[in-house]
Amino acid sequence: MSGADIRLDELQFAYPGGEPFHFSTSFDAGSFTGLIGPSGSGKTTLINLIAGFEEPASGNLYFDGVDAAEAEPAERPVTMVFQDNNLFAHLDVFTNIALGVSASLDLSGDDRTEIAGAMEKTGLSGFGHRLPRELSGGQRQRVAIARALVRDRPVLLLDEPFAALGPALRRDMLRLVSTIHKERRMTVILVSHDPADVKFAATHAAFLDAGRVMANRPVDAFFSASDIPGLQGYLGT
Amino acid sequence: MLRFFTMLSAVVLALASPAMAKDKLTIYTYDSFVSDWGPGPKIKADFEATCDCELEWVAVADAVATLNRIKLEGAGSRADILLGIDTSLTTEAAETGLFEEHGIDTKNLRLPLEWTDKTFVPYDYGHFAVIYDSEKVQTPPASLDELVNGDPGQKIVIQDPRTSSPGLGLLLWIKAVYGDKAGEAWTKLSKRVLTVTPGWSEAYGMFTKGEAPLVLSYTTSPAYHMVAENTDRYRAAAFAEGHYMQIEVAGILKSSQNKQLARKFLTFMTGPGFQNHIPTNNWMWPAGKTSEAMPDAFDKLVKPSKSLLLPADEVNANRKTWIDEWLKATTR
Amino acid sequence: MLAGLAAMVCIAGAVATPMLALVAIAPAMPDLSADYLGFVWSITRFTVLQAGLSTLLSVMAAVPLARALARQASFPGRQAILRLLTLPLALPALVVVLGIVEVWGRQGWVSTMLQQTGLTGPLNIYGLSGILIAHVFFNMALAARLLVAALEQIPPENWRLAAQLSFSSRHVFRHIEWPVIRSALPGIASLVFMLCIASFAVVLVLGGGPRATTLEVAIYQSLRFDFDPPRAVLLAALQLSLCAGLFALGGRMATDIAVMASVGKPARRPDQATAKLTDTLVIAAGLTFMAMPMLAIVLSGITAPFDVIVTQAVFWRALVTSLALALAAASLCLVMAWSLLAAQRTIMRRRIPSRAASALMSSMQAAGSLILVVPPVVIGAGWFVVLHRTGLANSAAPVVVAVVNALMALPFALRILRPAVVGQAQVHDRLCASLGLTGMQRWRLIDLPVLARSLTLAFAFAAALSIGDLGAAALFGSADFVTLPLLLLQKMGSYRSLEAAGIALLLAGFCLGLIWLAEKLKPEAAAQ
Repeated sequence: MSGADIRLDELQFAYPGGEPFHFSTSFDAGSFTGLIGPSGSGKTTLINLIAGFEEPASGNLYFDGVDAAEAEPAERPVTMVFQDNNLFAHLDVFTNIALGVSASLDLSGDDRTEIAGAMEKTGLSGFGHRLPRELSGGQRQRVAIARALVRDRPVLLLDEPFAALGPALRRDMLRLVSTIHKERRMTVILVSHDPADVKFAATHAAFLDAGRVMANRPVDAFFSASDIPGLQGYLGT
Repeated sequence: MLRFFTMLSAVVLALASPAMAKDKLTIYTYDSFVSDWGPGPKIKADFEATCDCELEWVAVADAVATLNRIKLEGAGSRADILLGIDTSLTTEAAETGLFEEHGIDTKNLRLPLEWTDKTFVPYDYGHFAVIYDSEKVQTPPASLDELVNGDPGQKIVIQDPRTSSPGLGLLLWIKAVYGDKAGEAWTKLSKRVLTVTPGWSEAYGMFTKGEAPLVLSYTTSPAYHMVAENTDRYRAAAFAEGHYMQIEVAGILKSSQNKQLARKFLTFMTGPGFQNHIPTNNWMWPAGKTSEAMPDAFDKLVKPSKSLLLPADEVNANRKTWIDEWLKATTR
Repeated sequence: MLAGLAAMVCIAGAVATPMLALVAIAPAMPDLSADYLGFVWSITRFTVLQAGLSTLLSVMAAVPLARALARQASFPGRQAILRLLTLPLALPALVVVLGIVEVWGRQGWVSTMLQQTGLTGPLNIYGLSGILIAHVFFNMALAARLLVAALEQIPPENWRLAAQLSFSSRHVFRHIEWPVIRSALPGIASLVFMLCIASFAVVLVLGGGPRATTLEVAIYQSLRFDFDPPRAVLLAALQLSLCAGLFALGGRMATDIAVMASVGKPARRPDQATAKLTDTLVIAAGLTFMAMPMLAIVLSGITAPFDVIVTQAVFWRALVTSLALALAAASLCLVMAWSLLAAQRTIMRRRIPSRAASALMSSMQAAGSLILVVPPVVIGAGWFVVLHRTGLANSAAPVVVAVVNALMALPFALRILRPAVVGQAQVHDRLCASLGLTGMQRWRLIDLPVLARSLTLAFAFAAALSIGDLGAAALFGSADFVTLPLLLLQKMGSYRSLEAAGIALLLAGFCLGLIWLAEKLKPEAAAQ
């Protein structure tokens, strides 16, 4: 399955007592966008809105031109990987991945083959019976990515899933996501606090500040630009 | 935590050390006797007016518990007098060896029978009775036999003889009337028994809530409803075989340091200063001389044709056996 | 760690001292004839049967109710319902029994309704069914409240995940709720089981008579009417080891679920909307069952002569005593629970516990658990002997009552706090260690704010238990030491049932007030 394009049209949202967010931007089908911006600028909120975990106060959200602002999370063409707690602590690796295929765990032979394939691709072969607490932080996120693979949705949202990992490991994980992106042509949005990660893995970069998308351009154009308000200050250049 | 503990005890200790000057008489009794609406506070005031002393009531949950406390405390008890046990416990109490002869003149006693116990002095008495709800029962049982053999659909709530005085009273009542046939009587009666409660309160509460039309209580129970609630709806059924008696008594502890004063109290107890407070505060019949006329309500109460009372020694010797007999007869 | 050991010693001492004291005053061998052993065997069977069935039913009813309440986070009046679930614990058994009789008895509401519609004759609940109705009334509420607390610990990411993976409510149950329920259930069931084992007035009154004799009745009888302390201690030890044995078996089934602390914002549950109708029905059914006897209690209390009650000095004395006891007992209970848990946390921090350490840990668990099945009559009489011999009988009574109440509430507090403490330990231990945050500082800055919700709930349970306790208070009762339940009992015992009903109502009101206050005063959760 290849990616879907995503369009946010005047999407508004506010936490109780908080400043309002106001998002308008779009993500091309098959693009890999890195989302950067100061903390509190609304990165996580933006992808939560896309995934359907937050309800916008107003505005529209389109996947491939179809309005999805009212759709339930499960009805959206989206898989999201969180910063933490992506796994059910009492279920082993295989079962955690299998939940991406069937919530009732009715698995056909093909399903099992597919799960095994996803585990191999994410470097988890042989870990099927481990419990999450027996895994390292990186391995846990690999399980979440393996589940995203078997779910095979057009959009993959990543909410700083590698923030806790060391530089080398983080590169490995980004390489993994990058490979998957190339193979499946899915639309990927990665929230990150490290512009280097975005340069390394993404095709596009977007900058958020104070609840607005200030820019969303191809990586080369983005990082050479000097007309993006607030970016220079954020990057410290 | 330790600090909390010590602080709390310090506070408690500070609160609980009264100044002592006069002679003090300490009496253990059951708690309803000394509640604000019981006879205790009035008796204390009346007695202190005559003795230039201080009377301290120490309340324990119920009559049995007062005796148990004396047993637990042994010769080191603070009590001068134990007040509140009944004749089913007097032998057991005497056997502890903790009580001494009362040695007072009992000419003031007014009891339906002759009093011979040399250790304990009675202060009131009552008769157990089946109380019925006259709105639901037109023809109450006229005898224990009619109760035992009556309509099993008409239910009675009774108390457990293992945990309650009225419960034990009924056990002895049936023993006094049926003797060796008590077990059979219990088997028949148990078909009418809705339930057996651990204490009087549960049984009487269920009765006044209308759950059963009959309950085991005292002949004096209707007096309360007449005096306090102005209704004669609840009445006692007079039984042809007679009614089993409960006589409540007091005795002096051997370990008392105030025996003179204790004897003075027991004598006072058989006279009007004490007895006047019994009828409408303890809802029992006075066992001594009163100076006021009995309330009207007491005149309307059932007067048993015969007072039944098994000898205290016999009760003490056989209580366990009889309770086992009751258990066997009612759990069959 | 030291505080934990001290708490354990305190608990063991509080339980063992009275038993030893009772054996010491009358060292004769109890009657162990074959007849008597046969009797003990038959009542033991009945005790286990009724407690087992009561536990099973209570828990089975509690699971759907707790799910519904946890799922419908914005159900109207939810907070009030949750508070109401703590209330049965505070009501003296005598009051509840009469309330249940009024609803389910021969002349009760249900009977009357059935008869008027010509369906059946009067209900007869006296027997096992009556015991079960009353025990489910008491314990379904308790179990449901504890389960709701457990379900609320589920990290919000789980709900997002569930939403994304299109879990139906069956899947949510299987993959998310059941693991949590399953790990909480052994603790809750064992608590309910102990409460049912120790139940006394309910069993006799609603059990219909001596057929429904339990060990607790036999202990009461042997210590009171027969005054046979060795036998009472023997029976109490039997009851204690019975529970300990069953828990040892149950302990193998217990699992400690890894509690995941989360920093995520609270998430909407995906199954909330679809399950709304069934949840509403479940909550309505549970609430009706719970509310009917409570309504009966309210209705009989509402016409009470409150003007008479509140003008009596003894009422105010009893109120002050009860509130002071409840506050003292609940605070002490939390201190002890915390000491035990902090000690366990220290032991767990060493990744692989040594054999001695894990033995210490399980004995701490047990110490905090089994006090509920040592009959109050034994604890009271034993402590009385000790205090009398030391000349402290009167002055120390309130302290002992508070301590005993605190100990009785400890099993509740431990079950509520343990998962939260363990979870926090996993998240914050290393951080605190690296920052050098220890002792009171850590307690104030980290533990207190994060555990506020669990602490409040534990406090509420402890206060309710203490405010409604009759057992411990009755044993030391004197004219100067009257609590509200004791006053209620005295009124009941002298024909003043209407005043007693009014006091029951006030008692319930004060208990709810105390719980409400605790919730208001709780420190704001800093993690959010």
